[in-house]
Amino acid sequence: MISLTSDPIDVASALTYLQSDQAGALDLFLGVVRDNTQERPVDRLEYEAYDRMAISEMQKIADEAHRRWPILRYTIIHRKGVLAIGETAIFIGVATAHRADAFDACRFMIDTIKQTVPIWKKEVFTDGEVWVNAHP
Amino acid sequence: MNTPVSVLLFGITRDLTGQSAVSVPVSEGARVSDLLDQLYQEYPKLSGIRSLLVAVNGEYAEVDQVLTSKDEIALIPPVSGG
Repeated sequence: MISLTSDPIDVASALTYLQSDQAGALDLFLGVVRDNTQERPVDRLEYEAYDRMAISEMQKIADEAHRRWPILRYTIIHRKGVLAIGETAIFIGVATAHRADAFDACRFMIDTIKQTVPIWKKEVFTDGEVWVNAHP
Repeated sequence: MNTPVSVLLFGITRDLTGQSAVSVPVSEGARVSDLLDQLYQEYPKLSGIRSLLVAVNGEYAEVDQVLTSKDEIALIPPVSGG
């Protein structure tokens, strides 16, 4: 399951979706808004997405993970809009029979999402703002 | 002959141009690289961005891909999701 949402991520229901009798391992990754970047205090993050492509690129990553690992169920939920400190920006869950596959698939998903999915975040500081990764 | 193509802008490219989409006149048979040249010329501030890719109809495009006025074109600055 893949989604891009402006609403807070419901971790409990995502977890319920991932559970099955065949799954001996559930690996979860939550990307959370931190209160600083290199010690500069962050006030909030603002996420923006090219929706249709963000969803299709996340689907490609999930499909590739499916080819590489025996995944029983997975979910990727990415937030957009304004996020406060402590909010979950991304939730990735992978269910497999054994833990090594779940860890590897989950790590592959988050690492690849950060490289290819057209979603952008702006860090808003108390004294300015910056689009992450945009400048050399 | 020039055909205008519409280009969607996100993130820093939207901030730098002050627009969420721009219309760019390109000649018939223009490629992604021609569009980028034109955009850099029209909006010199774009050259301060680390890299710019182009998506055509929701897929990353190579620089030699030919554009048509029916394509949905988007400028993709460095992504920073997650």
